[in-house]
Amino acid sequence: MVQVQGVQFQYGEESPRMTFPDFSCQPGDRMLLLGQSGTGKTTLLHLLCGMLKAHAGTLNVAGQDLRAASDRELDTWRGTTLGVVFQRAHFVQSLTIQENLALPHQLTQGHVPSEVLDRMGSMLDRLGMAHRAEARPHELSVGEQQRASIARALLHKPQVVFADEPTSALDDHNAAAVMDILDREAAEATLVVVTHDQRLKDRYPHCVTLNPTQA
Amino acid sequence: MKLSLLYQAWRNLRAKPLQTALSLALLGFGVGMVSLMLLTEKQVNDAFERNIKDIDLVLGAKGSPLQLILANVYHIDAPTGNINQRAAEKVLKHPYIDSGIPLAYGDNHEGYRIVGTEHSYVEHYGATLAEGQLWDAPYEVTAGARVAENLGLKIGDTFFSAHGLKDQTDIHTNKTFTVVGILEPSGSVVDQLLLTPIESIWYVHMEDGEVLDPETREITAMLLKKRNPLAVLTIPNTLRDTNMQVALPAIEVNRMTQQFGLGTSALRAIAMLIMALSFASIFISVLDNIRARRHELALMRTMGGTPGTLYRLLLLEGGLLSVAGTVLGLVLSRVGMTVLSQVVESQFHYDVAALGVLGSEWALAGAAIAVGLLASAIPARRSLRLDISRTLSEA
Repeated sequence: MVQVQGVQFQYGEESPRMTFPDFSCQPGDRMLLLGQSGTGKTTLLHLLCGMLKAHAGTLNVAGQDLRAASDRELDTWRGTTLGVVFQRAHFVQSLTIQENLALPHQLTQGHVPSEVLDRMGSMLDRLGMAHRAEARPHELSVGEQQRASIARALLHKPQVVFADEPTSALDDHNAAAVMDILDREAAEATLVVVTHDQRLKDRYPHCVTLNPTQA
Repeated sequence: MKLSLLYQAWRNLRAKPLQTALSLALLGFGVGMVSLMLLTEKQVNDAFERNIKDIDLVLGAKGSPLQLILANVYHIDAPTGNINQRAAEKVLKHPYIDSGIPLAYGDNHEGYRIVGTEHSYVEHYGATLAEGQLWDAPYEVTAGARVAENLGLKIGDTFFSAHGLKDQTDIHTNKTFTVVGILEPSGSVVDQLLLTPIESIWYVHMEDGEVLDPETREITAMLLKKRNPLAVLTIPNTLRDTNMQVALPAIEVNRMTQQFGLGTSALRAIAMLIMALSFASIFISVLDNIRARRHELALMRTMGGTPGTLYRLLLLEGGLLSVAGTVLGLVLSRVGMTVLSQVVESQFHYDVAALGVLGSEWALAGAAIAVGLLASAIPARRSLRLDISRTLSEA
């Protein structure tokens, strides 16, 4: 489902070239990409999402060769195949929470199917967010925003879910709760968590540690 | 669930009410001013054209030629004086003159002029009777449609005339006018006049027992139709040693509108400046939106939105502002026109409240929307070059 082999990336000609460890995972796997600040965690996440183009190596996610695909193909692919939970929950501020959740469907399919609305209702219910469906993003607490962000990443049933530092701002209790939600709601997807949070080190059997191997 | 790009654009505009209101107000005001000027020009020109109909020359007392025209063709100014009827009839007999309509006035009823004239005046403007008949004997009055409507005049009603063109203080209570007919609306100056035989005007100003001397009878003016174009050059020479003059309505009106033109050009320049400011406001609004919402835009790219999607969204926001501002402008100009028409109606008894959309206004609306779209399209191009990774990393 995810294959990373010999991947190298450089932000500019004068920037150091970053080399990432090889790893792969199968459908339904849970994987942790663990690394301290400056080890290129976010860069690797953006490479895996097709937001950056690797300069060398093989990068294949859900059957998509990310180095070969065009920008337009990647735009649609991200919307249909991936779910991304960002470190800081971003929303379209003018839309309500349920409109934000439906946005990926609107952007990729041009409409929001009724079954998605049904699924949204039950997902918000499970996350204890049903009463916040009509709220604006700025009206939510940080924890509620994080849960809404998870719901948006999973609502369209993505094949692969990437989570960038999902627990960095949370205490132990809330960190465990968020990870439980991710595990439960993304049960059918491959889940890759990128983090520096050592509390998560033993949570999954697959763990790749990123080291500052910059040449 | 409604989540189309148009809906998103609308929600984005609503999320910034002050910025949106400023852009709308500027564009609405600019378009409204230009539109109001177009409407006013059209109405004034139409009114001038209608009333000037086939009147080549106006014969009247010496004074301002423009005043002579405004007083005797449009009835919106005081006359320059009176002229001798016999002398005027001599001009009428000139071989270059085809026909003429005498006018005599100096009194009013409730602010509406009482004009002594002949039946040919009504025929000249194509007015027809709604009820009753045209005046026949002295003190019989046929009322124009607007006078009858505004004063509630009916056949058989009587009234006294007051001296002057507006005053109601010096009333001739010894002579009673009787309404014998009411005209259909003609869209011409006749609508706002009370028409009567010329004799009524003479008799009402005579003392009891006074005898009218045919040699000294006076009229206010005579509307002339030429038979030969040389009349324009010849007639003024024949009047050199008299107290009379002829004025050409077409030339005087043209001169007046040119003088108005200087003022309207300045107003139009101000309106254009306001419109330019509104386009700058839309430009800045879209540019500011891209800066302030760059994380949202990058986020939309991670959820399947293409650069084209973001571009269309921003373009729609500018387009919505342009369309709404233009519609607001057209509505404002109608409100302005309604207020203006009430002032004109009360001051001059002219109806200028036609509110249909003019062809030139469609062109104005199209241009305003097109420039508004362009003002948003230029900054929106930035969305095409959005670096998703860097933008999200900055958050």
